[in-house]
Amino acid sequence: MTAFAHHLGFEFKSGLRNPTSMLMYYLFPLGFYALMGLVMVEINPDFGELLIPSMVLVTLMAGTLLGLPGELVEAREAGIYRAFKVNGVPAISIIVIPLLAAAFHGTIGSAAIALTAGPVFGVTVPSDWVAFVLLTLLSVFTLGSLAALIGVVSASARATVLWSQLVFLPSMLIGGLMLDLELLPTTVRGFSGLLPSTYAMQAYRGLAYGSETILDPAMSVIVLGVGGVVALGLAVALFSWDRKNATRRVPTTLALLAILPYVAGIFLA
Amino acid sequence: MSSPNRTTERSQHLDMEAAIEVAGFRKSYDDMIAVDDISFTVDRGEIFGLLGPNGAGKTTTLECLEGLRRPDAGRLSVFGVDPTRESHRLNGLIGVQLQASSLPHTMTCDDAMQFFCAYHGVAPRWDLLDRMGLGDKRDTKFDELSTGLQRRLALALAIAHEPAVLILDEPTAGLDVGSRAELHRLIEELRDAGTTILLATHDMAEAERMTDRVAILLRGRIVAVGSPRQLTAAGEGLTKISVRSERSTLGDGSDLDSVDQAGVSDEYTVMFTRSVAPTIAAILERLEHSEDPLIDLRVERPSLEERFLELTTEEPAR
Repeated sequence: MTAFAHHLGFEFKSGLRNPTSMLMYYLFPLGFYALMGLVMVEINPDFGELLIPSMVLVTLMAGTLLGLPGELVEAREAGIYRAFKVNGVPAISIIVIPLLAAAFHGTIGSAAIALTAGPVFGVTVPSDWVAFVLLTLLSVFTLGSLAALIGVVSASARATVLWSQLVFLPSMLIGGLMLDLELLPTTVRGFSGLLPSTYAMQAYRGLAYGSETILDPAMSVIVLGVGGVVALGLAVALFSWDRKNATRRVPTTLALLAILPYVAGIFLA
Repeated sequence: MSSPNRTTERSQHLDMEAAIEVAGFRKSYDDMIAVDDISFTVDRGEIFGLLGPNGAGKTTTLECLEGLRRPDAGRLSVFGVDPTRESHRLNGLIGVQLQASSLPHTMTCDDAMQFFCAYHGVAPRWDLLDRMGLGDKRDTKFDELSTGLQRRLALALAIAHEPAVLILDEPTAGLDVGSRAELHRLIEELRDAGTTILLATHDMAEAERMTDRVAILLRGRIVAVGSPRQLTAAGEGLTKISVRSERSTLGDGSDLDSVDQAGVSDEYTVMFTRSVAPTIAAILERLEHSEDPLIDLRVERPSLEERFLELTTEEPAR
Protein backbone atom coordinates (compact mmCIF):
# COMPACT_ATOMS: atom_id res chain seq x y z
CA MET A 1 0.00 0.00 0.00
CA THR A 2 2.87 2.36 0.82
CA ALA A 3 4.46 1.69 -2.57
CA PHE A 4 1.11 2.22 -4.29
CA ALA A 5 0.59 5.52 -2.42
CA HIS A 6 4.13 6.74 -3.21
CA HIS A 7 3.72 5.80 -6.87
CA LEU A 8 0.35 7.51 -7.15
CA GLY A 9 1.65 10.58 -5.32
CA PHE A 10 4.61 10.80 -7.69
CA GLU A 11 2.44 10.43 -10.80
CA PHE A 12 0.10 13.16 -9.56
CA LYS A 13 3.04 15.52 -8.84
CA SER A 14 4.54 14.63 -12.20
CA GLY A 15 1.37 15.87 -13.90
CA LEU A 16 1.85 19.24 -12.22
CA ARG A 17 5.61 19.44 -12.93
CA ASN A 18 5.36 18.55 -16.60
CA PRO A 19 4.28 21.54 -18.78
CA THR A 20 2.85 19.24 -21.49
CA SER A 21 0.71 17.43 -18.94
CA MET A 22 -0.47 20.72 -17.46
CA LEU A 23 -1.48 21.81 -20.96
CA MET A 24 -3.47 18.63 -21.55
CA TYR A 25 -5.01 18.39 -18.08
CA TYR A 26 -5.93 22.03 -17.53
CA LEU A 27 -4.92 24.76 -19.98
CA PHE A 28 -6.30 23.31 -23.22
CA PRO A 29 -9.64 21.94 -21.89
CA LEU A 30 -10.39 24.87 -19.60
CA GLY A 31 -9.47 27.38 -22.30
CA PHE A 32 -11.69 25.52 -24.76
CA TYR A 33 -14.48 25.47 -22.17
CA ALA A 34 -14.24 29.23 -21.69
CA LEU A 35 -14.35 29.78 -25.45
CA MET A 36 -17.31 27.48 -25.94
CA GLY A 37 -19.13 28.99 -22.98
CA LEU A 38 -18.66 32.49 -24.36
CA VAL A 39 -19.31 31.80 -28.04
CA MET A 40 -21.36 28.64 -28.57
CA VAL A 41 -23.98 29.34 -25.94
CA GLU A 42 -24.58 32.74 -27.56
CA ILE A 43 -24.83 31.25 -31.05
CA ASN A 44 -26.88 28.20 -30.10
CA PRO A 45 -28.84 28.47 -26.81
CA ASP A 46 -29.72 24.75 -27.04
CA PHE A 47 -26.01 24.05 -26.54
CA GLY A 48 -26.52 25.21 -22.95
CA GLU A 49 -27.67 21.77 -21.91
CA LEU A 50 -24.67 20.15 -23.61
CA LEU A 51 -21.97 22.51 -22.32
CA ILE A 52 -21.19 20.86 -18.97
CA PRO A 53 -21.13 17.19 -20.05
CA SER A 54 -19.44 17.89 -23.38
CA MET A 55 -16.71 20.05 -21.83
CA VAL A 56 -16.21 17.51 -19.04
CA LEU A 57 -15.69 14.84 -21.69
CA VAL A 58 -13.29 17.08 -23.64
CA THR A 59 -11.33 17.56 -20.39
CA LEU A 60 -11.24 13.83 -19.72
CA MET A 61 -10.29 12.99 -23.31
CA ALA A 62 -7.50 15.59 -23.36
CA GLY A 63 -6.00 14.25 -20.12
CA THR A 64 -6.30 10.61 -21.12
CA LEU A 65 -6.36 10.10 -24.89
CA LEU A 66 -4.10 13.03 -25.78
CA GLY A 67 -1.76 12.88 -22.80
CA LEU A 68 -1.41 9.36 -21.45
CA PRO A 69 -0.44 7.21 -24.48
CA GLY A 70 2.57 9.34 -25.42
CA GLU A 71 3.86 9.27 -21.84
CA LEU A 72 3.57 5.48 -21.72
CA VAL A 73 5.40 5.00 -25.01
CA GLU A 74 8.16 7.46 -24.12
CA ALA A 75 8.70 5.76 -20.76
CA ARG A 76 8.96 2.36 -22.42
CA GLU A 77 11.33 3.62 -25.13
CA ALA A 78 13.56 5.37 -22.58
CA GLY A 79 13.99 2.15 -20.60
CA ILE A 80 12.10 3.45 -17.57
CA TYR A 81 9.99 0.29 -17.36
CA ARG A 82 13.12 -1.87 -17.34
CA ALA A 83 14.33 0.06 -14.29
CA PHE A 84 10.87 -0.37 -12.75
CA LYS A 85 10.78 -4.11 -13.41
CA VAL A 86 14.15 -4.90 -11.84
CA ASN A 87 13.03 -2.96 -8.77
CA GLY A 88 9.81 -4.88 -8.40
CA VAL A 89 7.25 -2.43 -9.81
CA PRO A 90 4.41 -4.62 -11.16
CA ALA A 91 3.05 -4.13 -14.69
CA ILE A 92 -0.45 -3.48 -13.38
CA SER A 93 0.86 -0.48 -11.38
CA ILE A 94 2.56 0.94 -14.46
CA ILE A 95 -0.77 0.95 -16.29
CA VAL A 96 -3.28 1.67 -13.55
CA ILE A 97 -1.45 4.32 -11.51
CA PRO A 98 -0.87 6.83 -14.36
CA LEU A 99 -4.51 6.21 -15.29
CA LEU A 100 -5.60 7.06 -11.73
CA ALA A 101 -3.40 10.16 -11.69
CA ALA A 102 -4.92 11.27 -15.01
CA ALA A 103 -8.35 10.57 -13.51
CA PHE A 104 -7.56 12.81 -10.51
CA HIS A 105 -6.46 15.66 -12.74
CA GLY A 106 -9.44 15.11 -15.03
CA THR A 107 -11.79 15.14 -12.07
CA ILE A 108 -10.37 18.43 -10.81
CA GLY A 109 -10.83 20.01 -14.24
CA SER A 110 -14.32 18.54 -14.52
CA ALA A 111 -15.28 19.88 -11.11
CA ALA A 112 -14.11 23.34 -12.13
CA ILE A 113 -16.35 23.17 -15.22
CA ALA A 114 -19.37 21.68 -13.46
CA LEU A 115 -19.27 24.22 -10.63
CA THR A 116 -18.70 27.35 -12.74
CA ALA A 117 -20.73 26.75 -15.90
CA GLY A 118 -24.10 27.50 -14.28
CA PRO A 119 -23.19 30.76 -12.53
CA VAL A 120 -20.82 32.08 -15.23
CA PHE A 121 -22.58 31.11 -18.47
CA GLY A 122 -26.12 30.55 -17.18
CA VAL A 123 -26.38 27.05 -18.70
CA THR A 124 -28.51 24.16 -17.48
CA VAL A 125 -26.91 22.17 -14.67
CA PRO A 126 -27.50 18.46 -14.02
CA SER A 127 -30.71 17.58 -12.22
CA ASP A 128 -29.08 14.53 -10.64
CA TRP A 129 -25.60 15.40 -9.39
CA VAL A 130 -24.92 11.91 -8.03
CA ALA A 131 -25.53 10.39 -11.47
CA PHE A 132 -23.37 13.12 -12.98
CA VAL A 133 -20.44 12.35 -10.66
CA LEU A 134 -20.74 8.58 -11.17
CA LEU A 135 -20.92 8.98 -14.95
CA THR A 136 -17.85 11.23 -14.86
CA LEU A 137 -15.92 8.57 -12.94
CA LEU A 138 -17.09 5.87 -15.36
CA SER A 139 -16.14 8.01 -18.36
CA VAL A 140 -12.64 8.71 -17.06
CA PHE A 141 -12.16 5.00 -16.36
CA THR A 142 -13.21 4.02 -19.88
CA LEU A 143 -11.26 6.77 -21.64
CA GLY A 144 -8.22 6.17 -19.44
CA SER A 145 -8.28 2.44 -20.16
CA LEU A 146 -8.53 3.12 -23.88
CA ALA A 147 -5.63 5.58 -23.61
CA ALA A 148 -3.54 3.00 -21.72
CA LEU A 149 -4.27 0.41 -24.42
CA ILE A 150 -3.19 2.85 -27.14
CA GLY A 151 0.03 3.55 -25.21
CA VAL A 152 0.75 -0.13 -24.69
CA VAL A 153 0.32 -1.22 -28.32
CA SER A 154 1.75 1.81 -30.13
CA ALA A 155 5.23 1.31 -31.53
CA SER A 156 6.16 4.99 -31.22
CA ALA A 157 4.98 8.34 -29.86
CA ARG A 158 3.95 9.30 -33.40
CA ALA A 159 1.71 6.25 -33.63
CA THR A 160 -0.03 7.26 -30.40
CA VAL A 161 -0.95 10.62 -31.95
CA LEU A 162 -2.54 8.82 -34.89
CA TRP A 163 -4.52 6.37 -32.76
CA SER A 164 -5.54 8.99 -30.20
CA GLN A 165 -6.74 11.42 -32.86
CA LEU A 166 -8.65 8.57 -34.47
CA VAL A 167 -10.82 8.58 -31.36
CA PHE A 168 -10.57 12.24 -30.29
CA LEU A 169 -11.43 14.06 -33.53
CA PRO A 170 -14.49 11.94 -34.50
CA SER A 171 -15.66 12.23 -30.88
CA MET A 172 -15.59 16.01 -31.21
CA LEU A 173 -17.40 15.95 -34.55
CA ILE A 174 -19.92 13.12 -34.33
CA GLY A 175 -19.65 11.87 -30.74
CA GLY A 176 -22.44 14.06 -29.42
CA LEU A 177 -20.12 16.71 -27.94
CA MET A 178 -20.83 19.59 -30.31
CA LEU A 179 -24.08 18.37 -31.82
CA ASP A 180 -26.78 16.30 -30.20
CA LEU A 181 -27.00 12.78 -31.61
CA GLU A 182 -30.52 13.37 -32.95
CA LEU A 183 -29.21 16.12 -35.25
CA LEU A 184 -26.84 13.73 -37.01
CA PRO A 185 -27.84 11.92 -40.24
CA THR A 186 -28.79 8.28 -39.64
CA THR A 187 -25.76 6.92 -41.54
CA VAL A 188 -23.36 9.04 -39.48
CA ARG A 189 -25.12 7.95 -36.29
CA GLY A 190 -23.99 4.38 -37.01
CA PHE A 191 -20.34 5.47 -36.97
CA SER A 192 -20.84 7.55 -33.85
CA GLY A 193 -21.87 4.34 -32.09
CA LEU A 194 -18.22 3.25 -32.27
CA LEU A 195 -17.16 6.15 -30.00
CA PRO A 196 -17.20 6.08 -26.18
CA SER A 197 -18.20 9.76 -26.05
CA THR A 198 -21.51 8.97 -27.78
CA TYR A 199 -22.55 6.59 -24.98
CA ALA A 200 -21.21 8.92 -22.28
CA MET A 201 -23.20 11.89 -23.64
CA GLN A 202 -26.37 9.81 -23.97
CA ALA A 203 -25.95 8.56 -20.40
CA TYR A 204 -25.34 12.11 -19.08
CA ARG A 205 -28.40 13.44 -20.86
CA GLY A 206 -30.67 10.60 -19.85
CA LEU A 207 -29.53 9.99 -16.26
CA ALA A 208 -27.99 13.27 -15.05
CA TYR A 209 -30.26 15.72 -16.93
CA GLY A 210 -33.43 13.60 -17.26
CA SER A 211 -33.73 14.44 -20.97
CA GLU A 212 -35.02 12.33 -23.82
CA THR A 213 -32.30 10.29 -25.51
CA ILE A 214 -31.94 8.28 -28.68
CA LEU A 215 -29.92 5.48 -27.03
CA ASP A 216 -31.02 3.68 -23.88
CA PRO A 217 -29.06 5.44 -21.10
CA ALA A 218 -28.76 2.31 -18.96
CA MET A 219 -27.44 0.32 -21.92
CA SER A 220 -25.06 3.20 -22.68
CA VAL A 221 -23.67 2.87 -19.15
CA ILE A 222 -23.18 -0.86 -19.67
CA VAL A 223 -21.42 -0.34 -23.02
CA LEU A 224 -19.12 2.26 -21.44
CA GLY A 225 -18.32 0.03 -18.47
CA VAL A 226 -17.69 -3.09 -20.54
CA GLY A 227 -15.61 -1.01 -22.99
CA GLY A 228 -13.44 0.20 -20.13
CA VAL A 229 -12.98 -3.25 -18.61
CA VAL A 230 -12.11 -4.82 -21.98
CA ALA A 231 -9.61 -2.03 -22.82
CA LEU A 232 -7.94 -2.26 -19.41
CA GLY A 233 -7.75 -6.06 -19.58
CA LEU A 234 -6.19 -5.88 -23.04
CA ALA A 235 -3.73 -3.19 -21.90
CA VAL A 236 -2.52 -5.42 -19.06
CA ALA A 237 -2.35 -8.52 -21.29
CA LEU A 238 -0.48 -6.72 -24.08
CA PHE A 239 1.90 -4.78 -21.85
CA SER A 240 5.56 -5.04 -22.75
CA TRP A 241 8.48 -3.94 -20.57
CA ASP A 242 10.62 -2.78 -23.44
CA ARG A 243 10.69 -2.25 -27.17
CA LYS A 244 12.24 -5.65 -27.88
CA ASN A 245 8.98 -7.22 -26.83
CA ALA A 246 10.85 -9.57 -24.54
CA THR A 247 8.03 -10.72 -22.37
CA ARG A 248 4.86 -10.15 -24.42
CA ARG A 249 3.33 -13.35 -25.72
CA VAL A 250 0.09 -12.04 -27.22
CA PRO A 251 -0.11 -10.29 -30.64
CA THR A 252 -0.90 -6.57 -30.47
CA THR A 253 -3.66 -6.96 -33.08
CA LEU A 254 -5.78 -8.32 -30.23
CA ALA A 255 -6.16 -4.68 -29.18
CA LEU A 256 -8.82 -4.37 -31.88
CA LEU A 257 -11.08 -6.41 -29.60
CA ALA A 258 -11.53 -3.19 -27.61
CA ILE A 259 -13.94 -2.00 -30.26
CA LEU A 260 -16.31 -4.97 -29.79
CA PRO A 261 -18.39 -3.51 -26.90
CA TYR A 262 -19.12 -0.44 -29.02
CA VAL A 263 -20.07 -2.55 -32.06
CA ALA A 264 -22.43 -4.44 -29.77
CA GLY A 265 -23.69 -1.10 -28.46
CA ILE A 266 -24.81 -0.04 -31.96
CA PHE A 267 -27.26 -2.94 -31.97
CA LEU A 268 -28.16 -3.11 -28.27
CA ALA A 269 -28.41 0.55 -27.18
CA MET B 1 15.89 -1.71 7.68
CA SER B 2 14.55 -5.06 6.45
CA SER B 3 11.20 -6.49 7.47
CA PRO B 4 11.38 -9.78 9.45
CA ASN B 5 9.74 -11.80 6.65
CA ARG B 6 12.12 -10.40 4.12
CA THR B 7 15.13 -11.15 6.31
CA THR B 8 13.98 -14.74 6.92
CA GLU B 9 13.39 -15.36 3.23
CA ARG B 10 16.77 -13.90 2.38
CA SER B 11 18.64 -15.91 5.00
CA GLN B 12 17.10 -19.11 3.59
CA HIS B 13 18.59 -18.30 0.21
CA LEU B 14 21.92 -17.12 1.54
CA ASP B 15 22.73 -20.52 3.05
CA MET B 16 23.58 -21.62 -0.48
CA GLU B 17 27.20 -21.59 -1.58
CA ALA B 18 26.58 -20.71 -5.22
CA ALA B 19 24.99 -17.30 -5.63
CA ILE B 20 24.41 -17.57 -9.37
CA GLU B 21 24.22 -20.70 -11.49
CA VAL B 22 23.98 -20.67 -15.26
CA ALA B 23 23.86 -24.00 -17.09
CA GLY B 24 23.39 -24.65 -20.81
CA PHE B 25 21.95 -21.17 -21.33
CA ARG B 26 20.97 -20.18 -24.87
CA LYS B 27 19.25 -17.08 -26.21
CA SER B 28 18.52 -15.96 -29.79
CA TYR B 29 16.92 -12.88 -31.31
CA ASP B 30 15.22 -14.03 -34.51
CA ASP B 31 18.04 -15.63 -36.53
CA MET B 32 20.87 -14.18 -34.45
CA ILE B 33 22.31 -16.36 -31.68
CA ALA B 34 23.19 -14.00 -28.83
CA VAL B 35 24.24 -16.62 -26.28
CA ASP B 36 25.09 -20.19 -27.22
CA ASP B 37 25.14 -22.82 -24.50
CA ILE B 38 27.13 -21.15 -21.74
CA SER B 39 27.58 -22.36 -18.18
CA PHE B 40 29.22 -20.72 -15.20
CA THR B 41 28.81 -20.38 -11.45
CA VAL B 42 29.35 -17.33 -9.26
CA ASP B 43 30.22 -18.13 -5.67
CA ARG B 44 28.68 -16.29 -2.75
CA GLY B 45 30.65 -13.14 -1.85
CA GLU B 46 32.62 -13.17 -5.09
CA ILE B 47 33.13 -10.39 -7.63
CA PHE B 48 32.67 -12.11 -10.97
CA GLY B 49 33.40 -10.28 -14.22
CA LEU B 50 31.83 -10.85 -17.62
CA LEU B 51 34.18 -9.58 -20.30
CA GLY B 52 33.73 -9.50 -24.03
CA PRO B 53 33.56 -7.27 -27.06
CA ASN B 54 30.32 -5.61 -28.14
CA GLY B 55 27.70 -8.21 -29.08
CA ALA B 56 29.42 -11.00 -27.15
CA GLY B 57 26.27 -11.72 -25.12
CA LYS B 58 27.14 -10.06 -21.79
CA THR B 59 24.07 -7.86 -21.52
CA THR B 60 21.76 -10.64 -22.75
CA THR B 61 23.11 -12.91 -20.03
CA LEU B 62 22.62 -10.24 -17.38
CA GLU B 63 19.12 -9.39 -18.60
CA CYS B 64 18.04 -13.02 -18.39
CA LEU B 65 19.43 -13.22 -14.86
CA GLU B 66 17.54 -10.01 -14.01
CA GLY B 67 14.28 -11.47 -15.36
CA LEU B 68 14.04 -8.93 -18.18
CA ARG B 69 14.27 -11.62 -20.85
CA ARG B 70 13.35 -15.27 -21.12
CA PRO B 71 16.10 -17.74 -21.96
CA ASP B 72 15.42 -20.06 -24.92
CA ALA B 73 17.06 -22.99 -23.13
CA GLY B 74 19.12 -23.79 -20.06
CA ARG B 75 18.82 -23.14 -16.36
CA LEU B 76 19.52 -19.88 -14.58
CA SER B 77 19.19 -19.30 -10.87
CA VAL B 78 20.07 -16.64 -8.31
CA PHE B 79 20.35 -18.24 -4.88
CA GLY B 80 18.04 -20.97 -6.17
CA VAL B 81 15.45 -18.53 -7.52
CA ASP B 82 14.42 -18.84 -11.18
CA PRO B 83 14.51 -15.28 -12.61
CA THR B 84 11.80 -16.01 -15.18
CA ARG B 85 9.26 -17.66 -12.92
CA GLU B 86 9.88 -16.05 -9.54
CA SER B 87 10.40 -12.40 -10.30
CA HIS B 88 8.89 -11.22 -7.01
CA ARG B 89 11.39 -13.27 -4.96
CA LEU B 90 14.20 -12.28 -7.31
CA ASN B 91 13.61 -8.55 -6.82
CA GLY B 92 14.41 -8.78 -3.12
CA LEU B 93 17.62 -10.66 -3.78
CA ILE B 94 19.19 -8.60 -6.56
CA GLY B 95 20.14 -5.00 -7.07
CA VAL B 96 20.63 -3.95 -10.67
CA GLN B 97 22.35 -1.12 -12.43
CA LEU B 98 21.29 -1.47 -16.04
CA GLN B 99 23.49 -0.48 -18.96
CA ALA B 100 20.64 1.43 -20.58
CA SER B 101 17.79 2.63 -18.47
CA SER B 102 16.26 5.84 -17.30
CA LEU B 103 13.85 7.31 -14.80
CA PRO B 104 10.86 9.62 -15.37
CA HIS B 105 12.33 13.01 -16.22
CA THR B 106 10.25 14.75 -13.55
CA MET B 107 11.47 12.38 -10.81
CA THR B 108 13.87 13.96 -8.33
CA CYS B 109 16.61 12.04 -6.51
CA ASP B 110 14.47 12.11 -3.36
CA ASP B 111 11.42 10.87 -5.26
CA ALA B 112 13.44 8.03 -6.77
CA MET B 113 14.86 6.88 -3.43
CA GLN B 114 11.44 6.96 -1.79
CA PHE B 115 9.72 5.31 -4.77
CA PHE B 116 12.05 2.33 -5.17
CA CYS B 117 12.57 1.77 -1.45
CA ALA B 118 8.79 1.68 -1.03
CA TYR B 119 8.53 -1.06 -3.67
CA HIS B 120 11.33 -3.00 -1.94
CA GLY B 121 9.62 -2.56 1.43
CA VAL B 122 12.57 -0.80 3.10
CA ALA B 123 13.10 2.67 4.56
CA PRO B 124 14.67 5.23 2.19
CA ARG B 125 18.48 5.31 2.38
CA TRP B 126 19.14 9.05 2.26
CA ASP B 127 22.72 8.40 3.40
CA LEU B 128 23.44 6.71 0.07
CA LEU B 129 22.56 9.89 -1.80
CA ASP B 130 25.16 11.73 0.28
CA ARG B 131 27.67 8.92 -0.26
CA MET B 132 27.17 9.12 -4.01
CA GLY B 133 27.71 12.88 -4.06
CA LEU B 134 24.02 13.59 -4.61
CA GLY B 135 23.42 15.22 -1.22
CA ASP B 136 23.00 18.68 -2.73
CA LYS B 137 21.00 17.34 -5.70
CA ARG B 138 18.18 15.71 -3.80
CA ASP B 139 15.55 18.00 -5.33
CA THR B 140 17.09 17.91 -8.79
CA LYS B 141 15.06 16.18 -11.49
CA PHE B 142 16.58 13.13 -13.20
CA ASP B 143 16.81 14.91 -16.57
CA GLU B 144 18.80 17.74 -15.02
CA LEU B 145 21.53 15.43 -13.66
CA SER B 146 24.71 14.82 -15.65
CA THR B 147 25.27 11.32 -17.07
CA GLY B 148 27.72 10.54 -14.30
CA LEU B 149 25.28 11.64 -11.59
CA GLN B 150 22.49 9.66 -13.22
CA ARG B 151 24.66 6.53 -13.03
CA ARG B 152 25.53 7.27 -9.41
CA LEU B 153 21.83 7.61 -8.61
CA ALA B 154 21.13 4.31 -10.38
CA LEU B 155 23.78 2.63 -8.25
CA ALA B 156 22.43 4.16 -5.03
CA LEU B 157 18.97 2.84 -5.92
CA ALA B 158 20.41 -0.59 -6.78
CA ILE B 159 22.00 -1.05 -3.35
CA ALA B 160 19.42 0.75 -1.19
CA HIS B 161 17.63 -2.48 -0.25
CA GLU B 162 20.94 -4.22 0.58
CA PRO B 163 20.65 -6.92 -2.08
CA ALA B 164 22.53 -10.20 -1.73
CA VAL B 165 23.56 -10.00 -5.39
CA LEU B 166 24.49 -6.81 -7.20
CA ILE B 167 24.45 -6.88 -11.00
CA LEU B 168 26.35 -4.06 -12.66
CA ASP B 169 26.38 -3.54 -16.42
CA GLU B 170 29.20 -1.18 -17.43
CA PRO B 171 28.97 0.70 -14.13
CA THR B 172 31.83 3.11 -14.76
CA ALA B 173 30.84 4.11 -18.31
CA GLY B 174 30.58 7.89 -18.40
CA LEU B 175 32.17 8.42 -14.97
CA ASP B 176 35.13 10.71 -14.33
CA VAL B 177 38.30 9.42 -12.66
CA GLY B 178 37.25 10.43 -9.13
CA SER B 179 33.79 8.91 -9.45
CA ARG B 180 35.28 5.72 -10.86
CA ALA B 181 37.67 5.39 -7.90
CA GLU B 182 34.80 6.05 -5.47
CA LEU B 183 32.69 3.43 -7.20
CA HIS B 184 35.52 0.90 -6.99
CA ARG B 185 35.86 1.59 -3.25
CA LEU B 186 32.14 1.08 -2.81
CA ILE B 187 32.17 -2.19 -4.74
CA GLU B 188 35.00 -3.47 -2.57
CA GLU B 189 33.11 -2.44 0.58
CA LEU B 190 30.02 -4.28 -0.62
CA ARG B 191 32.08 -7.38 -1.38
CA ASP B 192 33.65 -7.18 2.09
CA ALA B 193 30.14 -7.00 3.54
CA GLY B 194 29.28 -10.27 1.77
CA THR B 195 27.50 -9.00 -1.36
CA THR B 196 28.01 -11.11 -4.47
CA ILE B 197 28.76 -8.89 -7.46
CA LEU B 198 28.35 -9.73 -11.12
CA LEU B 199 30.07 -7.11 -13.23
CA ALA B 200 29.99 -6.75 -17.00
CA THR B 201 32.64 -4.39 -18.30
CA HIS B 202 34.78 -3.43 -21.26
CA ASP B 203 37.39 -1.99 -18.94
CA MET B 204 40.15 -4.61 -18.59
CA ALA B 205 42.03 -2.68 -15.92
CA GLU B 206 38.84 -2.49 -13.89
CA ALA B 207 38.22 -6.22 -14.31
CA GLU B 208 41.80 -7.08 -13.43
CA ARG B 209 41.72 -4.94 -10.32
CA MET B 210 38.22 -5.62 -9.06
CA THR B 211 37.23 -9.17 -9.91
CA ASP B 212 38.01 -12.48 -8.23
CA ARG B 213 37.18 -14.40 -11.40
CA VAL B 214 36.17 -13.49 -14.93
CA ALA B 215 34.55 -15.21 -17.86
CA ILE B 216 35.48 -13.99 -21.33
CA LEU B 217 32.60 -14.19 -23.79
CA LEU B 218 33.04 -14.16 -27.51
CA ARG B 219 30.19 -14.49 -30.00
CA GLY B 220 27.90 -15.91 -27.34
CA ARG B 221 30.33 -18.47 -25.96
CA ILE B 222 32.65 -18.52 -22.99
CA VAL B 223 36.20 -18.87 -24.28
CA ALA B 224 37.98 -18.61 -20.92
CA VAL B 225 37.07 -18.52 -17.26
CA GLY B 226 39.25 -18.13 -14.17
CA SER B 227 40.94 -15.54 -12.02
CA PRO B 228 42.66 -12.69 -13.90
CA ARG B 229 46.01 -14.12 -12.77
CA GLN B 230 45.12 -17.61 -14.05
CA LEU B 231 43.97 -16.26 -17.38
CA THR B 232 47.05 -14.16 -17.97
CA ALA B 233 49.36 -17.02 -16.88
CA ALA B 234 47.65 -19.37 -19.32
CA GLY B 235 48.29 -17.07 -22.27
CA GLU B 236 51.06 -16.85 -24.81
CA GLY B 237 52.10 -13.44 -23.47
CA LEU B 238 55.70 -12.70 -22.68
CA THR B 239 56.82 -11.08 -19.42
CA LYS B 240 58.77 -7.85 -19.89
CA ILE B 241 61.96 -7.41 -17.80
CA SER B 242 63.69 -4.01 -17.87
CA VAL B 243 67.17 -3.66 -16.28
CA ARG B 244 69.40 -0.63 -15.74
CA SER B 245 72.93 -0.94 -14.32
CA GLU B 246 75.79 1.51 -13.81
CA ARG B 247 77.95 0.29 -16.68
CA SER B 248 75.29 -1.35 -18.89
CA THR B 249 77.28 -4.56 -19.19
CA LEU B 250 74.20 -6.57 -20.18
CA GLY B 251 74.26 -5.03 -23.64
CA ASP B 252 70.95 -5.76 -25.35
CA GLY B 253 70.57 -8.99 -23.33
CA SER B 254 69.99 -11.16 -26.37
CA ASP B 255 72.74 -13.59 -25.41
CA LEU B 256 70.86 -14.75 -22.29
CA ASP B 257 69.48 -18.27 -22.90
CA SER B 258 65.91 -17.82 -21.68
CA VAL B 259 65.23 -14.51 -23.43
CA ASP B 260 62.90 -14.56 -26.44
CA GLN B 261 63.24 -10.93 -27.55
CA ALA B 262 65.63 -8.20 -26.38
CA GLY B 263 66.72 -4.62 -27.04
CA VAL B 264 67.87 -1.35 -25.49
CA SER B 265 65.62 1.56 -24.72
CA ASP B 266 66.39 4.73 -22.69
CA GLU B 267 69.45 3.21 -20.94
CA TYR B 268 67.41 0.08 -20.04
CA THR B 269 68.04 -3.40 -21.34
CA VAL B 270 64.56 -4.62 -22.21
CA MET B 271 63.96 -8.37 -22.46
CA PHE B 272 60.84 -10.47 -23.10
CA THR B 273 60.67 -14.00 -21.73
CA ARG B 274 58.38 -16.87 -20.77
CA SER B 275 60.81 -18.03 -18.05
CA VAL B 276 60.84 -15.18 -15.59
CA ALA B 277 62.73 -16.66 -12.61
CA PRO B 278 65.66 -18.20 -14.58
CA THR B 279 66.05 -15.00 -16.59
CA ILE B 280 66.19 -12.79 -13.47
CA ALA B 281 68.68 -15.19 -11.86
CA ALA B 282 70.85 -15.07 -15.00
CA ILE B 283 70.72 -11.26 -15.09
CA LEU B 284 71.75 -10.91 -11.43
CA GLU B 285 74.54 -13.47 -11.86
CA ARG B 286 75.86 -11.66 -14.94
CA LEU B 287 75.84 -8.26 -13.19
CA GLU B 288 77.56 -9.69 -10.10
CA HIS B 289 80.20 -11.36 -12.23
CA SER B 290 80.82 -8.10 -14.10
CA GLU B 291 80.85 -6.10 -10.83
CA ASP B 292 78.23 -3.83 -12.41
CA PRO B 293 75.91 -2.44 -9.69
CA LEU B 294 72.15 -2.78 -10.38
CA ILE B 295 70.25 0.52 -10.46
CA ASP B 296 66.74 -0.65 -11.41
CA LEU B 297 64.93 -3.87 -12.32
CA ARG B 298 61.26 -3.97 -13.40
CA VAL B 299 59.09 -6.98 -14.16
CA GLU B 300 55.80 -6.43 -16.01
CA ARG B 301 53.52 -9.44 -16.36
CA PRO B 302 51.21 -9.66 -19.38
CA SER B 303 47.96 -7.84 -18.63
CA LEU B 304 44.43 -9.19 -18.80
CA GLU B 305 43.91 -6.86 -21.73
CA GLU B 306 46.69 -8.58 -23.68
CA ARG B 307 45.22 -11.99 -22.84
CA PHE B 308 41.77 -10.75 -23.83
CA LEU B 309 43.04 -9.51 -27.18
CA GLU B 310 44.87 -12.77 -27.70
CA LEU B 311 41.72 -14.78 -27.05
CA THR B 312 39.39 -12.61 -29.04
CA THR B 313 41.76 -12.46 -32.02
CA GLU B 314 42.57 -16.15 -32.25
CA GLU B 315 38.99 -17.43 -31.91
CA PRO B 316 37.81 -18.39 -35.42
CA ALA B 317 34.50 -16.99 -36.60
CA ARG B 318 31.59 -19.39 -36.46
